[in-house]
Amino acid sequence: MPAINYGDTAWMLVSTALVMAMTAPGLAMFYGGLVRRKNVLSTMMQSFIILCLISVQWVLWGYSLAFGPDAGHFVGNLSWFALNGVGLAPNADYAATIPHQLFMVYQMMFAVITPALITGAFAERIKFSTFVVFTLLWATLVYDPVAHWVWGKGGWLHNLGALDFAGGTVVHISSGISALVFALVIGKRVGYPKITPAPHNMTYTVIGAALLWFGWFGFNAGSALAANELAVSAFINTNTATATAALAWIVIDWFVTRRPTVLGAATGAVAGLVAITPAAGFVTPMGAIAIGIVVAIVCYTSVAVIKGKLGYDDSLDAFGVHGVGGTVGALLTGVFASKMINSGGADGGIFGNWKQVGIQAIAVVAVIAYAAVVTLILTKVLNLIMGLRVKDEDEAIGLDITQHKESAYTLID
Amino acid sequence: MKLVIAIIQPHKLDDVMRELDLQEIHLKTVTNVLGCGRQKGVTEVYRGVKEAGTLLKKVRLEIGVNDAFVQPTVDAIIKGARTGNIGDGKIFVLPMEECIRIRSGEKGKVAIG
Repeated sequence: MPAINYGDTAWMLVSTALVMAMTAPGLAMFYGGLVRRKNVLSTMMQSFIILCLISVQWVLWGYSLAFGPDAGHFVGNLSWFALNGVGLAPNADYAATIPHQLFMVYQMMFAVITPALITGAFAERIKFSTFVVFTLLWATLVYDPVAHWVWGKGGWLHNLGALDFAGGTVVHISSGISALVFALVIGKRVGYPKITPAPHNMTYTVIGAALLWFGWFGFNAGSALAANELAVSAFINTNTATATAALAWIVIDWFVTRRPTVLGAATGAVAGLVAITPAAGFVTPMGAIAIGIVVAIVCYTSVAVIKGKLGYDDSLDAFGVHGVGGTVGALLTGVFASKMINSGGADGGIFGNWKQVGIQAIAVVAVIAYAAVVTLILTKVLNLIMGLRVKDEDEAIGLDITQHKESAYTLID
Repeated sequence: MKLVIAIIQPHKLDDVMRELDLQEIHLKTVTNVLGCGRQKGVTEVYRGVKEAGTLLKKVRLEIGVNDAFVQPTVDAIIKGARTGNIGDGKIFVLPMEECIRIRSGEKGKVAIG
């Protein structure tokens, strides 16, 4: 039996908790601040309940579907249902120096945050009951198989040699494209785009973005699955790309709107985090700077220009930041990856291996196509059976009162 | 000149603003307030959250208008705010002594619009 390394185990326990903090409180506050005051509780509740739902789904069948013994290179089989056979001894296929259950719970937090990212697309108008059913089905039918393709032993993209260090395709592209499909199917908020609701509490949003940045160290540096040199490299790349993207975003802001906005700094940081995710363990810090600059330019264009022109209501830019930023990061990983950083990876285009960009593109297109089609079917069917939206009157009153019979703020006292 | 004060459901504010705009009544002041009517703050399903004691969240509109605009203003508010349920609110029309535009010192009819 392989020996457990206590340093690795300690770091992975901490990383797991860090990634948990990305969903609640991180994403809950980031999104919660961006909605109107009548919807802040419902928005935070969505992240919070996903944490609960997927925690249970993952130990019952999610982990087995994603990482269980391969079935046709497409999905894991159910032989690890309810953690059957997933014990404390290491599983050398995934992480040879930490308990298998620790790898399982670390991956659980990734499975949690991915559907939570989608909630930005349907904020302020989704029916809570439908949201719960959608989340369970999406996690089972989209996230678990896609995680298997890329990370599972025997998964077809894994075999192809696609590089995805911490989940650019699995987490950000899959959730981002599903967010776009959901936004198109559920339709715009009443009054949008004539009335574009202003964020009700930007301080939440800034704190949420900072918490995401903090938790992302567990997400990216933790994806080394050990407390080693690779983890340090990923940590520094994560921080460098994030800082660069935030700076680049406010510079663009300064030229376009004449002011460096706080929301721009926060959004730029998140875009940088998204883009460096697939690349974190494969590139140099100079590669991270390049990725940060490119993703800021591309995501700014997508959020500020393209979204307005096409007219869909991706309310909190789940697609514009995660879908687009994830795609930029996945492709640029194929450009800037270096075997000097990670001998288990591959050289990218600037080191003479432009074929890697092609492999990355195959992974991107496959995940986009699969996630979009399954999400389209899910949303259409759920719309027929349960209805996706609340009534217009309930939307006007707000989801906090109509869905949860609570109100976040009082006027007096 | 009259001062029209309306107490309405918060979620009907957008509708009332739209109706007022259609009547070309653009100048208004809006505040968040608490209140209760004859039902003493009894809430129907989905009709609001109680604040202190029996008080419910409402929105208060204040609009100063010339006499010819009183009826269009009242009609627009009713059109936008009415659901037919308990708690739709009230409109008060008060006589207004004077209206002065601070910037120019103009008074009366011209200062209102």
